Amino acid sequence: MKALGWAVAAVTLGLAVLFAGLKGAGFDAEAGLGALWLGAFGSWDAFTSSTLVRAVPLILIGLGISVAFRGGALNIGAEGQFYAGAIAATWVGLHLAGQPAPIAIGALLLAAAIAGLCWVAVPDWLKLRFGVIEVISTLLLNFVAVSLVSFMVQGPLQERGRIYPQSEAIAETARLPLLPGSRLHAGFVLAVAGGLVLWFLFAKTLWGFRLRVVGMGPRAAEVSGRIDSQRVSAMALLLSGAIAGLAGGVEVSGVSYALFQNLSPGYGFTGIAVALLGGLHPLGVVIAGILFGALEAGAGAMQRDAGVPAVAVYVVEAVVIIVVLLATVPRGGWTGLRAVVRKRIAPGRAAG
Amino acid sequence: MLELAGIEKRFGSVHALRGVDFVLAPGEVHALLGENGAGKSTLMHVAYGLVRPDAGEIRVDGVRRRITTPRVARALGIGMVHQHFTSVPALTVAENVALSAGWPAAPREMRERTRVVSERMGLPLDPDQRAGRLSVSLKQRLEIVKALAGDARMLLLDEPTGVLAPPEAELLLQMVRSFTAAGGSAVLITHKLDEALLTADRVTVLRQGAVTFAGPVAGQTVESLAYAMIGGDPGVPLTGRTAVRKSEPRSSRESIRLDALDVPRESGYGIALRHGSLSVRAAEIVGVAAVEGNGQRELLRAVAGRIAPLRGKLQVAQPVGFIPEDRTSEGLIPALSLTENVVLGLGDEGPWIHGGRIDWREAAARTAELIRDFEIKAPGPGARAAELSGGNQQKLVVARELSRIPAVIIAENPTRGLDISATAAIHGRLRSAAAAGAAVLFYSADLDEVLYLADRVIVLTRGMISEAPPGASRSEIGVMMLRAEKEA
Repeated sequence: MKALGWAVAAVTLGLAVLFAGLKGAGFDAEAGLGALWLGAFGSWDAFTSSTLVRAVPLILIGLGISVAFRGGALNIGAEGQFYAGAIAATWVGLHLAGQPAPIAIGALLLAAAIAGLCWVAVPDWLKLRFGVIEVISTLLLNFVAVSLVSFMVQGPLQERGRIYPQSEAIAETARLPLLPGSRLHAGFVLAVAGGLVLWFLFAKTLWGFRLRVVGMGPRAAEVSGRIDSQRVSAMALLLSGAIAGLAGGVEVSGVSYALFQNLSPGYGFTGIAVALLGGLHPLGVVIAGILFGALEAGAGAMQRDAGVPAVAVYVVEAVVIIVVLLATVPRGGWTGLRAVVRKRIAPGRAAG
Repeated sequence: MLELAGIEKRFGSVHALRGVDFVLAPGEVHALLGENGAGKSTLMHVAYGLVRPDAGEIRVDGVRRRITTPRVARALGIGMVHQHFTSVPALTVAENVALSAGWPAAPREMRERTRVVSERMGLPLDPDQRAGRLSVSLKQRLEIVKALAGDARMLLLDEPTGVLAPPEAELLLQMVRSFTAAGGSAVLITHKLDEALLTADRVTVLRQGAVTFAGPVAGQTVESLAYAMIGGDPGVPLTGRTAVRKSEPRSSRESIRLDALDVPRESGYGIALRHGSLSVRAAEIVGVAAVEGNGQRELLRAVAGRIAPLRGKLQVAQPVGFIPEDRTSEGLIPALSLTENVVLGLGDEGPWIHGGRIDWREAAARTAELIRDFEIKAPGPGARAAELSGGNQQKLVVARELSRIPAVIIAENPTRGLDISATAAIHGRLRSAAAAGAAVLFYSADLDEVLYLADRVIVLTRGMISEAPPGASRSEIGVMMLRAEKEA
């Protein structure tokens, strides 16, 4: 409950800072915030086709990051895992013409999840084998993934005309069904269902409890709980990569239908903010994802209708992250995160 | 001349130094003896400006000084060699020396001055070698050169021979002697009595933060020093027991059996327990007496299934209850609730686990029972472990481990840092578990506790197990604990 209070305070303060900033910079702040609101929640269409559509990848990535962070693995590479998933999804989606939809969609999403898992398996292996800190290795692989997408859309996956740096559209049957009259796709159901499943796992099962315990106190988990902390952390990282990869597949199958550069406007990084704002709680992540989806959706409207640069909403995101971190980290509610950070910084703990 | 007078220091509930007086006279080697945790390092850290005392004063050459940082200490001619290496592995020898001595970072000058200092002391070192590539004994040499490079007249050596092989240790002690012969003075922290007797002019013994002996080495023996270190105040231990019990085994059923067991060092390379053989019967309490770092931790953790032995035979009746030494980092997760900590410890053995699902209501009810049965002072099972006092945290760990109805109980320093009533409660629990048929194997840094609780006592020295004969007195055991070091 306390976390919820802080989250509300963070968002309120973020909007207040945005308001003050716009005023200070000479914009019509009232009109700007009004456009932001209308663009995100102003109509059924805005809510479903803009807000929720943008919320889907944020929720999925946020869920993936929650799994990793709870398990004591700092996955900063969701952006790369998302792209790996998108590449695999596109490739599979291009070869599925004529397959029935359930099979085509299932195959596409499975390929995306496996690709995300494989993408994170490299840092995972480096960590287990050589003690390479996953914060660095997952982050660096993001750049590799972005370059790989560029290569793909100008090489093996480029459209037949060989003019535009993008892929051919995937098979019709591999596309996620839409909510009639909107652009909202079934990926939203998947994201919410994912949140519910993870909530159940975290709250009710020994598996989820062990994951959390490893993140909060790896020594105690090993000595008192006889849990192989390293293995659990490694599994958490793999699962989080799979979920981020799945998000890439859902984006291709539900929104873009094709692969191109800048498919993600930084979902992999915003997803970290979503996970933190949601308190690493799956249902909190779903709500935080919708909220950030609304900010992204409203940003476009703000630029279009009030002449305020869309990037101004990043002020809100930044304030939210700072407030959430300040509010929770030093108070011990996020011992897991803190323990992980301390473990990284503590000297002389060579990897074994 | 360095004088410490009436030094007091508390760390939370631990009274680390209780009004300690200590004088280092010019030209002497002064041995500072005591068990681990006796306060030796803390006292020297006070003199070196690493720890600020709560009370007391420091005089250097008769002038009262406030030594607030190591920099101040070095300026006064005090140098320290720490127990653990403090060099930067990626830097060269010369760079490390310059960093420590505060020399300007001019490469040629650094190299030259390092060479001069090390050769003057008879401790040659290659200035261009990276510190990380030095052997253990050369690393130790670098530490000493660093301490001397600031023109130290008083050298504080914290267990400098702990990591060295005997001939290297011999060489180091000779160097210390020649340093003092040339007018310097040195404090030698050690728990090796023979070393103190051979090298030192005077000796101060600390026990539980207080001086139990101070005077010239002449006339002292291994026995008398061991008595000061371990035997402490005769007659007023917590129990009055001064010797190993003479008891008959209460059961013939063997619960723990080791045959020629080798266990690796927990910290990494090497063997901690060598060829260990031991048998513990049901309903028997066996206490381990040992100076820190002699393999007791690895012995206990191997039996508890926390460290895999290298070779040999190990049979342990199940289930095993394990009470680890550090309750806040290993026994519990302070940020979790009491219920969650109980669930953590019992894992899938918990009766509240149904096909991988946790019935939290059942777990909380069971935790509430443990709180009541073990008289744990806590607001309730939902309270966070961090809210409990140390004694109640430890009771929770003990309650959790005993709730498995273990056939074997392993406990490391089960009452460390606890007050008298919590200590008595935990002793009572271990006793009644043993009476109910559990085999208890425990270690305590406090020899009084070992004697009080144990039916049998084994002594570990450098990974070798030996049995203390029934009726052996406290000082006889003390000598056993330290004797093997002399032979080695």
